[in-house]
Amino acid sequence: MWDYLKLAGLGLVAVLAAIAANYARDLAYQVNAITVMLAAAIAFLWVLRTAGDPKPDLSHEYFDGVVRAGAIATAFWGAVGFLVGVVIALQLAFPQLNFEFLQGYGNFGRLRPLHTSAVIFAFGGNALIMSAFYIVQRTSAARLFGGSLGWFVFWGWQLVIVLAATGYVLGATQGKEYAEPVWYVDILITVVWVAFLITFMGTLFKRKEPHIYVANWFLLSMILTVAMLHLVNNAAIPVSIFGSAQVQLYAGVQDAMVQWWYGHNAVGFFLTAGFLGMMYYFVPKQAERPVFSYKLSIIHFWALIFLYIWAGPHHLHYTALPDWASTLGMVFSVILWMPSWGGMINGLMTLSGAWDKLRTDPIIRMMVVSIGFYGMSTFEGPMMSIKAVNSLSHYTDWTIGHVHSGALGWNGMITFGVLYYLVPRLWNREGLYSLKLVSWHFWLATIGIVLYASSMWVTGIMEGLMWREVDANGFLVNAFADTVAAKFPMYVVRALGGGLFLTGALIMCWNLWMTVRAQPARVTQNSAVPAE
Amino acid sequence: METYSFLRHMADSWFLLAMTIGFLALCLWAFRPGSRALHQDVANSIFRNDDRPAEANPAKKEG
Repeated sequence: MWDYLKLAGLGLVAVLAAIAANYARDLAYQVNAITVMLAAAIAFLWVLRTAGDPKPDLSHEYFDGVVRAGAIATAFWGAVGFLVGVVIALQLAFPQLNFEFLQGYGNFGRLRPLHTSAVIFAFGGNALIMSAFYIVQRTSAARLFGGSLGWFVFWGWQLVIVLAATGYVLGATQGKEYAEPVWYVDILITVVWVAFLITFMGTLFKRKEPHIYVANWFLLSMILTVAMLHLVNNAAIPVSIFGSAQVQLYAGVQDAMVQWWYGHNAVGFFLTAGFLGMMYYFVPKQAERPVFSYKLSIIHFWALIFLYIWAGPHHLHYTALPDWASTLGMVFSVILWMPSWGGMINGLMTLSGAWDKLRTDPIIRMMVVSIGFYGMSTFEGPMMSIKAVNSLSHYTDWTIGHVHSGALGWNGMITFGVLYYLVPRLWNREGLYSLKLVSWHFWLATIGIVLYASSMWVTGIMEGLMWREVDANGFLVNAFADTVAAKFPMYVVRALGGGLFLTGALIMCWNLWMTVRAQPARVTQNSAVPAE
Repeated sequence: METYSFLRHMADSWFLLAMTIGFLALCLWAFRPGSRALHQDVANSIFRNDDRPAEANPAKKEG
């Protein structure tokens, strides 16, 4: 019965998408509608082929198929996102790379949101969904709730990524940073995200462990907060049901404030709380020691919950925003430094008594460096939120450097560590194909980040100082183009750093591929053992 | 404007106080007597049930 309902629903979606593609008012909408139609048709065929198959009782096994798919998607979208990042870094250094024949599709303005969304929502989002599904099952000692709803979350999220990415290149955007997807993609995100929440909460409800492990608190807060932020920030009215344009519900400074309330908490909950959930599970697992202080992790959690939500206004210093609001944002940002470092210490001290693993285990080294970058960027962020510092740093490349030390250093490195941890276990392999390649990845990524961050510090502070430089008569000394010319060498260094980071990620993909391909599966416990 | 002033006043007085007390209470709750054993058990719970879900009967839980 359920299969028939699914078939009817998918068929309806495919027909409606075909009608929408026919009436489309712009190219991006048309391409997106055709994509939805194809996705619904493929899903229709899949359900048709498997309809009526007997469904064995799998409650004594974990649902790891979707986690395996998540690992593949994370590695794939990571490589794509980093590649686009290197391309746009080169476009900034060498503007000739904005080719004439690609104008309107492949120039910096179109590719930049593609890069940010690919790394945050495709790479980071898949890493979070994958880890959440893995962690919540293990710590609840229960199979994922909702049957194949986990597959809906996974494939729905990939569809969101493809719709958003093709939309950006063809010009569909609502012009809000990190919330560029247009109204119908936003609706799809909401549906997928609610399904994610249901699978996660459902698993927690049927858990066999009495207590909910702290990593799940962080992951659940990520899911809930992102749902709230997404709904409020994307409140908009479509111009036409057959077009990708929309009008925001808020106007002026209110819209700016809502946007950065969203934007900063996307950093705070998507890229921090969610990834801290990964840290609190995978670092103790890889170190084979429980977390340093469980009490500290509880305080870390509640402090982030109470503080992060207020920090958004620091993105709008010296704008039309009321002074009290930006002061509030600054104060809460500075207070946030303490719990962040509490969490960093908690993560690092988990290794106390096992520091020798740093020499022998490149995966632990990766995780430790990522926690180090978490500490560094949660110090740099509060410092940059101080108004006096912000008046120099705002609108400069320093901000971009800060974002990347957090994104490449913290989110990237912890995700690489998690992938190296998960892949041998998920595919039942003895170990990784090559630890030497993990070391290569580690050093390429670390040197890449250092080159990236330091070149952005230099160029950011330099251009900030050049913009404010006045002569004895009070006239500005430098034209904007002067700063652009002065930044050239640093842009080349930045592209080089990004290239190293990308190379490391490609080595990881090769290593993980060979881990699964080249090694025989581990002998299971049930297999017969010869008597000796 | 009246609603705005009222909400603004509430936000930086009573509501701020309530949230601060709520936060401190949650932190103190973590340090309540007898929490150590529980927290140690929870911190070690990640080393259980790695391969398959626990049995329906929690008494039979494997180590």
